[in-house]
Amino acid sequence: MTTLLLLALAVPVAGAVFIALLRRNPNAREAASLVTAGALFAIVLRIYQAVSGGARPEVTLAEPLPGIRIALEAEPLGVLFALIASFLWIVTTAYSIGYMRGHHEKNQTRFYLFFAFAIASVMGVAFAGNLFTLFAFYEVLSLATFPLVTHAGTEKAKRAGRVYLGILFSTSVVFQLLGIIWVYAVAGTVDFEPGGILRGNVGAGLVPILLALFVFGIGKAAVMPFHRWLPAAMVAPTPVSALLHAVAVVKAGVFAVLKVTVYIFGFEFVAETGASLWLMWAAAATIILGSLVAFTKDNLKARLAYSTVSQLSYVVLGAMLANALGVVGSGMHIAMHAFGKITLFFCAGAIMVAAHKSEVSQLNGLGRQMPVTFAAFLIGTLSIVGLPPTGGAWSKWFLGVGSVEAGQIGLVAVLMLSSLLSLAYLLEIPLRGFFGKEAGGTHAPADGHAHAAGGGPADAHAHAGAPGHDDHAHHGAPRWSVAAIAVTASACIALFVYPEPFYRLMTMVTGQ
Amino acid sequence: MSAHLPILQVVVPLLAAPFCLFLKRGRMAWGLAVFASWAALAIALALLGQVTQEGVLSYAIGDWVPPIGIEYRVDIVNAWVLVIVSGIGAVVAPYSMASIEREVEAGRIPLFYAAYLLCLSGLLGITITGDMFNVFVFLEISSLSAYALIALGQARRALTSAFRYLIMGSVGATFIVIGIGLLYVMTGSLNMADLAQLLPEVWDSRTVKVAYGFLAVGFCLKLALFPLHLWLPNAYTYAPSAVTAFMASTATKVAVYMLLRFFLTVFGAPFSFDVMALDRVLLPLALVAIASMSLVAIFQVNVKRLLAYSSVAQIGYMILGLSFATVTGLTATLLHLFNHALMKGALFMAMGCVMYRIGSVHINAVAGLGRRMPWTMAAFVAGGLSLVGVPLTVGFVSKWYLILGALERGWWWAAILVLLTSLLALVYIWRVVEVAYFRDFPGDEATREAPWTLLGPTWALVALNLYFGIDAGRTVGIARQAAEVLMAGIGP
Amino acid sequence: MSLDLLVSHYNYWVVIFLMMVGFYILISRGNLIKKVVGLNVFQTSVFMLYISMGKVNGGTPPILIYGETDVLYSNPLPHVLILTAIVVGIATTSVGLALAVRIKEAYGTIEEDEINAIEARTEATG
Repeated sequence: MTTLLLLALAVPVAGAVFIALLRRNPNAREAASLVTAGALFAIVLRIYQAVSGGARPEVTLAEPLPGIRIALEAEPLGVLFALIASFLWIVTTAYSIGYMRGHHEKNQTRFYLFFAFAIASVMGVAFAGNLFTLFAFYEVLSLATFPLVTHAGTEKAKRAGRVYLGILFSTSVVFQLLGIIWVYAVAGTVDFEPGGILRGNVGAGLVPILLALFVFGIGKAAVMPFHRWLPAAMVAPTPVSALLHAVAVVKAGVFAVLKVTVYIFGFEFVAETGASLWLMWAAAATIILGSLVAFTKDNLKARLAYSTVSQLSYVVLGAMLANALGVVGSGMHIAMHAFGKITLFFCAGAIMVAAHKSEVSQLNGLGRQMPVTFAAFLIGTLSIVGLPPTGGAWSKWFLGVGSVEAGQIGLVAVLMLSSLLSLAYLLEIPLRGFFGKEAGGTHAPADGHAHAAGGGPADAHAHAGAPGHDDHAHHGAPRWSVAAIAVTASACIALFVYPEPFYRLMTMVTGQ
Repeated sequence: MSAHLPILQVVVPLLAAPFCLFLKRGRMAWGLAVFASWAALAIALALLGQVTQEGVLSYAIGDWVPPIGIEYRVDIVNAWVLVIVSGIGAVVAPYSMASIEREVEAGRIPLFYAAYLLCLSGLLGITITGDMFNVFVFLEISSLSAYALIALGQARRALTSAFRYLIMGSVGATFIVIGIGLLYVMTGSLNMADLAQLLPEVWDSRTVKVAYGFLAVGFCLKLALFPLHLWLPNAYTYAPSAVTAFMASTATKVAVYMLLRFFLTVFGAPFSFDVMALDRVLLPLALVAIASMSLVAIFQVNVKRLLAYSSVAQIGYMILGLSFATVTGLTATLLHLFNHALMKGALFMAMGCVMYRIGSVHINAVAGLGRRMPWTMAAFVAGGLSLVGVPLTVGFVSKWYLILGALERGWWWAAILVLLTSLLALVYIWRVVEVAYFRDFPGDEATREAPWTLLGPTWALVALNLYFGIDAGRTVGIARQAAEVLMAGIGP
Repeated sequence: MSLDLLVSHYNYWVVIFLMMVGFYILISRGNLIKKVVGLNVFQTSVFMLYISMGKVNGGTPPILIYGETDVLYSNPLPHVLILTAIVVGIATTSVGLALAVRIKEAYGTIEEDEINAIEARTEATG
């Protein structure tokens, strides 16, 4: 069982090595990427089966400081996160093959290489057995994604990279690390324990300070005012934005907040001390402000980024509610938002590759040429807003009920208002696509045009050494990419019908 | 044989030094220097092993019984420092072959190795001896050879830097002799262990306090504590690369050791903290050193000078740990002695590789090297991250204990300052990284990666940076034990 | 301060005077040779400190006289120490002077302000 945990880390790293070795042969390289992603998902699935059966496998890798271990442990919350990240990695890899070739990106080997490293660190975050391990992989994740954010190598990318690393590092080093060492100083341990480790070790006055150190110190959760790195990261290629900056990296942030609340503080302890009262409102403010800023953005990816900022704070809010329903809603929202937002980003990328459009105002009428893409966008929108028949409805429901139980009627209003706002700023895109008037005679892009796919491993000979060789006479959205979009959009709907696995995992976390 | 290890520790490199002069060929002198450095490391490791098993070792030179005769006294504290110094020596010696052949005229190379070995034996001597006057003698052996080593730098500013260092270093050494003399007047003894017994009787005397003051200034000059650091940046900038790597990792560390040894063992921790308020004197200096020198480092355009200012800031961290006046704080100091040696050594050696291929260490010289010299720049990035204190590197271990020490004292503002300044470290390291990876290489197409004779030792240090960051149990154990020895007489 | 203190500790006053003279030269003079001279004076004052404190009132030089048991000897140890320190001082002086010679060759001057001006100029031009 413990070997599976080790494999969850080792497989993506091994994949990275293969990717580097196969750099001369793009098709073999991409095949290696896909195989690695598939193997990883299979491993996480096995871990899921064991954990839902009640097992809690753990393994210690090293002991850097006396009493401070680098340890992996599978528990329900981590498994939930790992499941989502590893599954979406497969989909994203497929999508990237189409996108990177269709977009003629340079340095594709470096791209796949660091992508695999990033996923390895995400697995480390998901299965971290204590705060120190979590922090270590959190920082490795920041570093591994830096080359992806600055992939373009332009002056703009460099500046974005500075903001990205600057904010993520500053918050984690100044607040989070201080919080971790403080926890260690008072509790004598940093291990995750059900029910938390702080009860009886800390005066009630210190709890709000410590909690704030984590909520703001985990910069990847993008609680305002430490959210600027996320829009900056949008300079990266779209697959990076899709998987890392809608799922893996940002979810690593909110996941860490949730995990710390549940396993270090213990949500009952947080509720008793009232430590999270003002932090709830910090999250609520981020939810509203993020939505409002999203309105003002014409750039599609920027709009989605601010939408993510807003949605991430739902998860933080759920954790800060500090009751079982809130925590369940919080964990469910990690899953639901992941599928919804990745769909939206995939669509944005497909539009960029096929029609070279990046601004919302340019999308008029495009939906008629790319119906699959825009339909998927609509489904994603519904899921983000939280409307049936999509999975997003469930997480919103639990968050709302959790707010009521916490006696925060004001927060229910915030949730409803922000749902309306997100409906407004996201729905504009499919509406323009399907009903908007075209500005002029553009060439006709089409969904799933055969030409741009670049071929599978089968015709490796034809394309060896020439990634993205295909010419773009027909401007189709790459077939690989459309397939990926279809998968995630269907998943949004499937999760409405069958949210059971995620719900069960979260009830295991809350112990009810 | 093993009974004579303490004296061999110093004598092996000391005797090897004049032999270098007789060897006409630079390569042969190099071979001798490598052999002597490795022997020194082997002896230091053996001593550390003996000390951890058997406790304090005392060696009477020429069988003259201490306290009259000179005693070499090895306990866990100086065994630790011996390993640091000889370990860095053992890495820099092989590295210096290619680097020195590029940066020093062929005729002077045997002289270089003679001076290098003298410097090494001087530093080892300071560390191992239990006799105060012997400390002064070895201090001057190491300093004089250091002046010569720095003056071997290519730029003519190496000469003026060495001269300035000579003036300030000699003044510092003379202050130390004055302090030693005054202590001798009061007690009639030069043996440290003996003095530790005799001094408490004369704590109240003004002479002892004056001696303390002279010693404090002398040590702070030698260890380059702000504002007595002025000699350091230029000396490190213009010395040959191998010399900078060696000096930055050892010389100031040994000076810190001298300070700890004199003030905590000879005078005793209770005298230093309760009577002389050493902690309250050092704390503001350390804080100012950390903050101001990190800021100054950000604005440097010469990467070696940038790293030199960073060194002054890092010395501030060591002194900060001491000024907590707790075992945890001192553990952080002793850990950082070792850890900083590893990371600064790696960083300066990476810059030595750049110097070897590009011939300059100006920040523009590293442009595009991320692709052109990937291993060199990867070593720089790894060392830099360690300096910033990223987890799984040694820098993180130091930082952890430093912050733990601050929180133990309830000084959360000191903890925040340490964390904020590590961000400044990120800024100045990242400036170099951005130039290396985001700019195009302007130079000759034929420029290749540095030879493995340079990369090997550099990466050896990088590997140690990572290894002791992932498995710091042993280093932390030794440092804590040493801190407990030094803090004897004061609560936990 | 009584005259008695002045007289009985006159060796210390001499030492302090020399020390200050040396230190002043070291700081105030820009000529590198003069700096070395100042350093020498400074160090010499410390030699005086050691030697004078080895003197025992009424003591003879520490040479064993056979058959005599109650001879009062001066303390020989400081002399030995200072012998070493003098050697060190000479070494320091020679290294300092050697550097001064090399600086003269490289810069054409041994005046500190001129050297600084030259360095500032080369820094500015790159």
